[in-house]
Amino acid sequence: MTIATIDTRPAATSSTLARGRGAGGPAPKRTVVAYGFWIFVLSDMVMFAGLFAAYAVLRGNTAGGSTGAELFNLRNVFIETVCLLLSSYTCGLGALSAERRHSALFFLFAALTFVLGATFLLIEGTEFAGMVARGAGPGRSAFLSSFFTLVGTHGAHVTSGLIWLVYLAAQVKVKGLRPAVLRRLLCWSLFWHALDIVWVGVLTLVYLMGVA
Amino acid sequence: MDGSERVFDDRTPGVEEHEPTANYLSYTVGLALAIVATIASFVVSQTGLLWAPGIPVGLVVLAIAQIGVHLVFFLHLGSGSDNTNNILALAFGVLIVLLIIGGSIWIIANINDNAMPSADSMNMHMDH
Repeated sequence: MTIATIDTRPAATSSTLARGRGAGGPAPKRTVVAYGFWIFVLSDMVMFAGLFAAYAVLRGNTAGGSTGAELFNLRNVFIETVCLLLSSYTCGLGALSAERRHSALFFLFAALTFVLGATFLLIEGTEFAGMVARGAGPGRSAFLSSFFTLVGTHGAHVTSGLIWLVYLAAQVKVKGLRPAVLRRLLCWSLFWHALDIVWVGVLTLVYLMGVA
Repeated sequence: MDGSERVFDDRTPGVEEHEPTANYLSYTVGLALAIVATIASFVVSQTGLLWAPGIPVGLVVLAIAQIGVHLVFFLHLGSGSDNTNNILALAFGVLIVLLIIGGSIWIIANINDNAMPSADSMNMHMDH
């Protein structure tokens, strides 16, 4: 009883439960933390919107160099998409297992998420290296500058998400699934799902429209 | 210990507080729908299923549908009254994103039209 009430409101106030909108006291810390992180995720989306806008405006300016239709390999892009989608799924199941205090299941899903995310990065890195080797690096044209900025920023987010995941798995190992760690996991899962949403935009605007 | 008496009016984004047993199912349904939308996007872009000039529109519609699936099944942003704060923040974010992307495309398309007159429009000006 005493442990559980650290993260929720005291039992004495349960008869006058907070109904939100300012009445009955502040929201639980978990709600406040996740809402704050949700605002961060949305501001990250606004930053990506700027990069999407730059790409949409510059995609035709190839300066006589390669176009997207010549450079993109849709088979690889499909594998990347499936990896990210499945990792979003395992991330959700991992967060759920953590909520239910099943730490073994959490570690299993976290490992799956990490492997899928790392596979995505490996394919993307190979694709980038291949493009640079063909003389289609970010310095070649405005189209390629905006392409590498947009897709590279998404890749950098995935990389930091993976580092964050390792860090959180270590915290679960050392500290256990206590409320503070669960809040961090919740923020991380919001971040990871948001990256998958950004990828839907990248897939549609950059790859599918670039090849069609 | 708790759970039964936790009635929160403000819902946490990313968590479905009220239906703990439906969660695994919700993620699985979301995954299935997202895979369907992804495959449909690839099919639309690679085949002649849609009238060619309509392909970008079809792709955008499928992308919006998939983003909706992600928001509802992975981030659990439903239409419940306890989700008001999260939905309002999302609505504001969507507004800004649409303004930035749509506004940029619109403005630059206009500038391109005005800054680089084609041979035809040059001739038209001469005729006047």
